[in-house]
Amino acid sequence: METSISIKNLALSFGALDVLKDLNLDIGKGEFLVLLGSSGCGKSTLLNCIAGLLDVSGGQIFIGGRNVTWEEPSKRGIGMVFQSYALYPQMTVAGNLSFGLKNAGVPKAEVEERVNRAARVLQIEPLLSRKPAALSGGQRQRAAIGRALVRDADVFLFDEPLSNLDAKLRADLRVEIKQLHQKLHNTMIYVTHDQIEAMTLADRIAIMRGGRILQLASPNEIYNRPASKYVAEFIGSPTMNFFEGEIVSGDAVRFMTGERSFSLDGYAFGDAGLKTGPAWFGIRPEHMVAGEAAQEMPIRLDGQIELVEPLGSDTLVRILVDGQLLWIRLDGQAEISHGDAITVGFHPERANLFDKASEDRL
Amino acid sequence: MTKAPHLMKNSLGYAAEPEANDGDVTLRPAESPFQQVRLEEGPAGRKPRPFLSRRNIIVYGTLIFVSLYYLLPLYVMIVTSLKGMPEIRVGNIFAPPLEITFQPWVKAWSEACTGLNCDGLSRGFFNSVQILVPSVILSIIIASVNGYALANWRFKGSETFFAILIVGAFIPYQVMLYPIVIMLREIGLYGSLTGLVIVHTIFGMPILTLLFRNYFASVPQELFKAARVDGAGFWRIYFQIMVPMSLPIFVVAMILQVTGIWNDFLFGVVYTKPDLYPMTVQLNNIVNSTQGVKEYNVNMAATILTGLVPLTVYFISGKLFVRGIAAGAVKG
Ligand SMILES: Nc1ncnc2c1ncn2[C@@H]1O[C@H](COP(=O)(O)OP(=O)(O)OP(=O)(O)O)[C@@H](O)[C@H]1O
Ligand SMILES: [Mg+2]
Repeated sequence: METSISIKNLALSFGALDVLKDLNLDIGKGEFLVLLGSSGCGKSTLLNCIAGLLDVSGGQIFIGGRNVTWEEPSKRGIGMVFQSYALYPQMTVAGNLSFGLKNAGVPKAEVEERVNRAARVLQIEPLLSRKPAALSGGQRQRAAIGRALVRDADVFLFDEPLSNLDAKLRADLRVEIKQLHQKLHNTMIYVTHDQIEAMTLADRIAIMRGGRILQLASPNEIYNRPASKYVAEFIGSPTMNFFEGEIVSGDAVRFMTGERSFSLDGYAFGDAGLKTGPAWFGIRPEHMVAGEAAQEMPIRLDGQIELVEPLGSDTLVRILVDGQLLWIRLDGQAEISHGDAITVGFHPERANLFDKASEDRL
Repeated sequence: MTKAPHLMKNSLGYAAEPEANDGDVTLRPAESPFQQVRLEEGPAGRKPRPFLSRRNIIVYGTLIFVSLYYLLPLYVMIVTSLKGMPEIRVGNIFAPPLEITFQPWVKAWSEACTGLNCDGLSRGFFNSVQILVPSVILSIIIASVNGYALANWRFKGSETFFAILIVGAFIPYQVMLYPIVIMLREIGLYGSLTGLVIVHTIFGMPILTLLFRNYFASVPQELFKAARVDGAGFWRIYFQIMVPMSLPIFVVAMILQVTGIWNDFLFGVVYTKPDLYPMTVQLNNIVNSTQGVKEYNVNMAATILTGLVPLTVYFISGKLFVRGIAAGAVKG
């Protein structure tokens, strides 16, 4: 695939604080990349570097094959959408959309045509003559997306564009952004905190931590084969359950934790192959089953129900097994209650093993 | 913000004068059927408070006392300025004029004598206007661009620059008085209005820059970033994004500068010469001129005339002033 954005050894520091460290990233043309990470990990900083709003301390940025490391933001062929919408309050929506085009000296007739086209795509035509203060949150964010759209940019940068909206609107706009991407096929980099947004929108997700990219992979890969314990904990809700123990290999490979021993028959070790020694064993709440189905699983645990959270579609259950709390996700209609004894089971195929010291996937 | 005082007025109205609404039955909340039902069920709503409650007496008493404290001198000045000299000599200062005369006002404006001339205040007025207008415009333009650059374009050394500027605000005027005389003399502007305009512009700079910088810093950074992505440069962002959003702070700056420069006495005396003295200096010279009897009525009229400009500015823009200060306070 043709690359659209290529970031090489990017470094950025605010004074003594190194926010981005030796960051490398290649983004394909037309790809939808989501940057996901906890607060303060440098997502916005990376986006601002790509946009040219921050001067980098080292490294290079290429957009469309051109070195734009020291280029003005407006000359990089990007459109940007901000969390707070950042609409110019004294201008109408039309004024907001056309501001950049006028600055670039685009002829008047073309400005009008492009503004109308963007407004049609986003269904904000009736709002063009209104000021931002007279718009709802969703309409404002549409207008802000429109401002990026009229630029006919190859690359769109979104910095948590939906996080100020209520849940319903967020879901609607999420779908619209996805459709927009399918229609326009431009490269998108999208920062979010929201796992659901990340999973649903992304072609690839980059999980960031402390200014580094921990894993860059498809949503499926990230979910099923997290590269480290941090990524495994970050993705999924409720979070993955972990057992601390040791991998031993006798006549069969097993994981020893406390009094128990789990068979690892069926677990696909990574390229480095089997490695014995201290490790974490992780299993997602939705990969555990209870009741009769549990009896057919190679690994079974007996416990007691400690908390039940019915969600309608699913039921989240917290159980106590030998002093350790585990979350499991059961069917929404499961008839269980607090205090019941329960047997849960799971298959090692679904497990995730991480090295104890490095916390990397095994 | 604009709605709150309105709401408060209504609620005070109900509490303070329950009988005042008698004529207009439909407006009384207690008369509505809903209220009636609630009343039968038990106590509901606010207890009507008598007008002469202890709280009201304290509040209104304090307010009236403070108002009197500030208004009494003004009253005395106005009353005295409308009296003739004979009446002043006999009468008590609080008594209203028996015979209203505007002669002292005319005299104060165009005939009163200082030791040097007998043009009244008018000469000083026009000098002051010539000092005020360019000083205010110049200082606000420069300070707003300064503040904008410091808040949004963190250039190398901008923090140091700002620190130095702020320190400037704390250096006593007296220290700089004479060095500036020498500097103005060297560039040949000592004793001219231009020199005084420059001095006023420079002395307004620290506080105004601070004011503008803090205001612009409270404008969301993302707005500035969006404008940069839209290809706007330093001046375009300033004129098309920042200035239109910042009207209240410009009004605040204008009021500060108008009152400060109009009321200035020290710089006027030091940096100009007698025929260019501003109005405040002219007023002082009229009041203190030692020829003949003290014409209290003329002096009072002259004083009021001199204070009229800042007073007018307050009345016209007071609302915007409060809004600007409040906006700065909330967004910090
Ligand atoms: N202008 C600045 N000066 C100094 N430090 C900054 C500046 N901007 C950001 N930082 C620091 O850089 C780090 C990364 O910030 P950044 O805004 O990129 O985080 P983020 O991943 O976008 O977080 P969030 O999800 O909360 O938006 C943070 O520790 C932050 O405190
Ligand atoms: Mg951020």
